[in-house]
Amino acid sequence: MSIISVKNLRKSFGNIEVLKEINAEVQEKEVICVIGPSGSGKSTFLRCLNRLEEISGGEVVINGHNITDPKININKVRQEVGMVFQQFNLFPHKTVLENITLGPIKIFTIDKAEAEKTALELLVKVGLKEKANSYPGELSGGQKQRVAIARALAMNPKIMLFDEPTSALDPEMVGDVLEVMKQLAKEGMTMVVVTHEMGFAREVGDRVIFLDGGYIVEENEPNQLFGNPQNERTKAFLSKVL
Amino acid sequence: MLSIRKGMKKVDTIIAALPILLKGLQVTLYIFVIAIILGFVIGLLVAMLRLAPIKILNWIAKMYVDAIRGTPFIVQLFFIYFGINSLHIVSLNNTTAGIITVAINAGAYFAEIIRAGIQSIDKGQTEAARSIGFTGAQTMRYVVLPQAFRRMLPTITNQSIISLKDTSLLSVIGIADLTQQGQIQASATFEAFKVWLAVGIIYFIIIYLLTLLANFVEKRIELR
Repeated sequence: MSIISVKNLRKSFGNIEVLKEINAEVQEKEVICVIGPSGSGKSTFLRCLNRLEEISGGEVVINGHNITDPKININKVRQEVGMVFQQFNLFPHKTVLENITLGPIKIFTIDKAEAEKTALELLVKVGLKEKANSYPGELSGGQKQRVAIARALAMNPKIMLFDEPTSALDPEMVGDVLEVMKQLAKEGMTMVVVTHEMGFAREVGDRVIFLDGGYIVEENEPNQLFGNPQNERTKAFLSKVL
Repeated sequence: MLSIRKGMKKVDTIIAALPILLKGLQVTLYIFVIAIILGFVIGLLVAMLRLAPIKILNWIAKMYVDAIRGTPFIVQLFFIYFGINSLHIVSLNNTTAGIITVAINAGAYFAEIIRAGIQSIDKGQTEAARSIGFTGAQTMRYVVLPQAFRRMLPTITNQSIISLKDTSLLSVIGIADLTQQGQIQASATFEAFKVWLAVGIIYFIIIYLLTLLANFVEKRIELR
């Protein structure tokens, strides 16, 4: 059974239909990269997967939970789905360590010492152990994003969603963040990544989804999609970005 | 020689009046502290109603804020003390009526300050907290309000000072606050100039101390 199952997903903002009948399945441990021109609905699609956007129609099932069911406790489901944002969204009033431990302490009510131990392990993993007591304002963009990844991982999620995680970074910072994501993929994390990093999509993605105009236009293994795109729109898009 | 002695005598009357004025100050501070805490709680609740995704709650909160902002403090005071008491449903003594008036008055202004503070926090903060699995209430408590509070602090201080000064109007319903005691002393000693100067200085010192405290808290917060 797939860990993410999307059937006929539709999303409108007022009269504007941003997503039209999206169907997608993600298997456990798969890394899916979502590419497409800006305004194509990539981010909206991703944000529907943890219902940060209210879903207008269709069905989204995450790890067995139908999140389109109005009776579902969405907070519980979100604990299983980590999210990393383009703008990092670290909590500026808390230290790096507090950013990471806030969720586990307040939601799982595990004790502080244990939460901090896990947080430090995660900081080692993202290469920022020495920044534990810094405030987000003291970090570079790349460091912030790696802390944001650690914060999401602290909840021990089954799935990680990445919303253009490197788009707001200076070019020299991109590598470190992608490296952490590659490591995560290697460890078997299920990941859905909205990205403009075609190199990453090609190298790490198990499948690439090309979204345009609110539809999934093409979906294939990276080598096929990048090397031999079938749809004209895919070709046109790839010729511009590659 | 005579005029110096006369001057001394005038200072003496102020010194003699001082313990009574300070007693008035105690009443002023007692009412202020309780009312401002109540007012803050009211403000917080009303701000939440104002931001709740339920139209009728927004509407009620807005009505309350508009009603308080659109009427003079003294009218609110008379409404609560004389108006409500005249219905003979409850019987409010003047201190209670005074505290309630200052609290609901400050509450309306606090509500607007808090609402604006909350709305000034980037939407991404809420999204990040919700994506971790926090409920709306937890997100407010751990993520949005602590940040909003920092931004609100100068305006909250300002409103608190205004409320402290508003308590002087409570003397008209017979509360023995600093202003009321000043009035009594001024008429008893025939030294209106000195007594009112002394009362003014006492208010000024208290408000100055309040400002220092607020600055200290602000600095502490900025350091982090």
